[in-house]
Amino acid sequence: MDIFIQQVVSGLATGGIYASLALALVMIYQATDVVNFAQGEMAMFATYICWSFINAGLPYWVAFLSTLGIAFVGGVVIERVVIRPVENAPILSIVMVTLGLLVICNSIAGWIWTYVQKPFPSPFPENPFRFGNIVFGAHDLGEIQVTLLVLLCIYLFFRFTPLGLAMRAAAHNPVSSRLVGIRVGWMLALGWGLAAVFGAVAGMMVAPVLTLEPNLMGGVQIYAFAAATLGGFTSPGGAVLGGFIVGVVENLVGTYVHFIGTELKFTVALAMIIVVLLVKPTGLFGTTVVKRV
Amino acid sequence: MSALLDVQALEAFYGRTKALHGVSFSMAKGGITTILGANGAGKTTTLRAISRMVRTTGTIRFEGEALERKATEQVVQLGIAHAPEGRGTFVHLTVEENLRLGAWGRRERGGLKDDFDRVFGYFPVLRERRRQAAGTLSGGEQQMLSVARALMLRPRLLLLDEPSLGLAPLVVREIFRILKTINQTGVSILLVEQNAALALDLADHVFLLETGRVVMEGPSEVLRKDDAIRRAYLGY
Amino acid sequence: MSGSSLPRVAGLVTLLVIACALPFTLSNFRLFQFSQVYIYAIAILGLNMLTGYNGQFSLGHGAFYAIGAYSSAIMMDRWNIAYGWTLPVAGVLCLIVGFLFGLPALRLEGLYLALATFSLALAVPQILKYFEHWTGGSQGIVLTKPGAPFGLKLNPDQWLYFVTLGVLALLFWLGANLLKGRIGRAIVAIRDNHIAAEAMGINTALYKSLVFGVSAAYTGVAGALSASVIAYVAPDSFNVFLSVTLLIGSVIGGLASISGAVFGALFIQFVPNWAQDISKAAPWAIFGIFLISFMYLMPFGIAGGIRLLWIRATRSRAQQGGRSAVPTQAHTTT
Repeated sequence: MDIFIQQVVSGLATGGIYASLALALVMIYQATDVVNFAQGEMAMFATYICWSFINAGLPYWVAFLSTLGIAFVGGVVIERVVIRPVENAPILSIVMVTLGLLVICNSIAGWIWTYVQKPFPSPFPENPFRFGNIVFGAHDLGEIQVTLLVLLCIYLFFRFTPLGLAMRAAAHNPVSSRLVGIRVGWMLALGWGLAAVFGAVAGMMVAPVLTLEPNLMGGVQIYAFAAATLGGFTSPGGAVLGGFIVGVVENLVGTYVHFIGTELKFTVALAMIIVVLLVKPTGLFGTTVVKRV
Repeated sequence: MSALLDVQALEAFYGRTKALHGVSFSMAKGGITTILGANGAGKTTTLRAISRMVRTTGTIRFEGEALERKATEQVVQLGIAHAPEGRGTFVHLTVEENLRLGAWGRRERGGLKDDFDRVFGYFPVLRERRRQAAGTLSGGEQQMLSVARALMLRPRLLLLDEPSLGLAPLVVREIFRILKTINQTGVSILLVEQNAALALDLADHVFLLETGRVVMEGPSEVLRKDDAIRRAYLGY
Repeated sequence: MSGSSLPRVAGLVTLLVIACALPFTLSNFRLFQFSQVYIYAIAILGLNMLTGYNGQFSLGHGAFYAIGAYSSAIMMDRWNIAYGWTLPVAGVLCLIVGFLFGLPALRLEGLYLALATFSLALAVPQILKYFEHWTGGSQGIVLTKPGAPFGLKLNPDQWLYFVTLGVLALLFWLGANLLKGRIGRAIVAIRDNHIAAEAMGINTALYKSLVFGVSAAYTGVAGALSASVIAYVAPDSFNVFLSVTLLIGSVIGGLASISGAVFGALFIQFVPNWAQDISKAAPWAIFGIFLISFMYLMPFGIAGGIRLLWIRATRSRAQQGGRSAVPTQAHTTT
């Protein structure tokens, strides 16, 4: 039972990371019907930038917050410069552009920082927390807190600020948004900026665990896809919940189902995606869009 | 008195298809002008052209300022509010959020409370439903919301596209009565309507579109009284 | 393209003759590279059929390539089956697997299908490593290159060059017939307007699954050929980057195009080679930049670009009183 609880908490920690990246994917999908296949790589790139700051001597949280700022600007710039020229093209063309971004981010990161694995520090204490017989890693608990804090801030932003309202409007109904004077293009750019921030948070939280290298986010991305699929690409809340569920399931399956082990972990994510897509493609909380002929 | 809105030789295109073939008209300040015509005549396209939602050639001037090179958002900021065909409400957002968004394009900040009071004064039912999701409102209520949202901009010109569509006659009559009141506060209205009777009643100036061209225009009393015109174009 | 087909046939024959002459002028390594080009071209044609002509977005075609390669390798290594026979077997196997995959895929719209196939591509190396007993695990299976039969005076690289060229010619000829006839038009109709096609009486479910199967078969045969040409199969060669590479080749060459498959194959084979000289990271960065640029500037790929030039050239001739202009086919190229 103790092990079960430990694994659940640990699963929630990784689930928080999947939730952050899944939220990034869903935010962009809601506004543009496009899945940004490069989200994970952009997150990895941001994490490397944080590493560079830390290496240059900046304290962790200063580096962390600066990276979030840079990630935001980066996301906005990428949307305005790379995505905007094709924003009216068929969706799959835009997806191809994000694939192009994926490989460019990955190779440039490898070129600048090499493929050698680098350790990435955790801001949380080394010593684990004990509750009776149950041991929780401080990093796991810290991750959960950071994720929840970020999610709370975002929720408040969208719910209660005028800009958040305008972004929600632009995502749901761009035509009407223009008619009330909202500059939809810039709302999209801000959306990409925020998505980049979530990605950066995910990257910086997972790097201490997996060690920093250009392929850091590859595995995380497939789990984030599973989370967004499970929760529903049209539902931010669903994606977050999906992230936590995927994290817990991944951990429990890895612990209790022996033939899976670490070799087939991706296959579990793959199986989840396929099953959800076949049974209820819109996910647990998504809504179906009826097509008018 | 210079015209509020002056359109000359307007052509509009959907892709390669031309929908308006050289439409010209002007609107005086403070007036209500209505555009009538059958389905597909180009009425909605004319409004969309003013809001810069379709590609056009020709000139469009609002209070002397040229609109051709402006984006939709900029046209809104000049004081032109457009309540589109199909209402265009943000169905997932609440009534209050919809109204708040209506004020987004406004140049003058603040004073939202007064604006809310004003539109709730026109449409009391919206005050009751202010926290409800806009998609749960009835058709008539959504139309009211659409007009109310446009009013939140404190517009000088209100573009209204088929407000009567799909609504019960009593509701429509109520809305048109309120439009008259709104006009009396100084808001000019350019109204597109298929319900010619109501439109002629409300408007002081009319023009008739047929397959993208203006075929007739004049003061509404004149067109209303002309039997031949009524029977041929207005069906009654 | 309508208009007289004689120049086209003459052009193709000339290319074929040149292609046949190459083994006697190029080094073995170059021949190996060109064999790879032909193999990629077959794989890309398979992908074109599915994504370009039929509109089903696949980010996982590397999986079928892997199935073809591994089934061929296992047949040659375990059961001593001649490489020639492994080709049709791999093709049929992939046809069935593709068809079976196509059935649930019917329920998935563009983006969701992309997601499902992308996940499949990510999982392939892991699955290959897991079934070690069959696949040889991480170390893969080492094979021997087949020699030329009937005592022909050709070294293995030259012989394999002719084999891949022959298979390419055959499969392209079959593919052209398929895609230009009624079936091709039905497939494109499904892509352009699914609902209208259904309303016209096309059995979209059957066609879509069949296209998946045929597309997989083509890519599977390509994979099987690659097992012989490279004489080695290992799981990490069939990772997600393979699927992305095939897609890049497809896009650059021209998605709904037969000749485009060859252009794309030339691109993905040779560009990384000279890019490597710049830096280790360069090939993928260049792929990415090309992919994005083509989406902006030439979404119809090289084949589409050539076609547009041709149309412009013949149109200007027509305006000068020459023959009638080539009718514009907005959606497919040859």
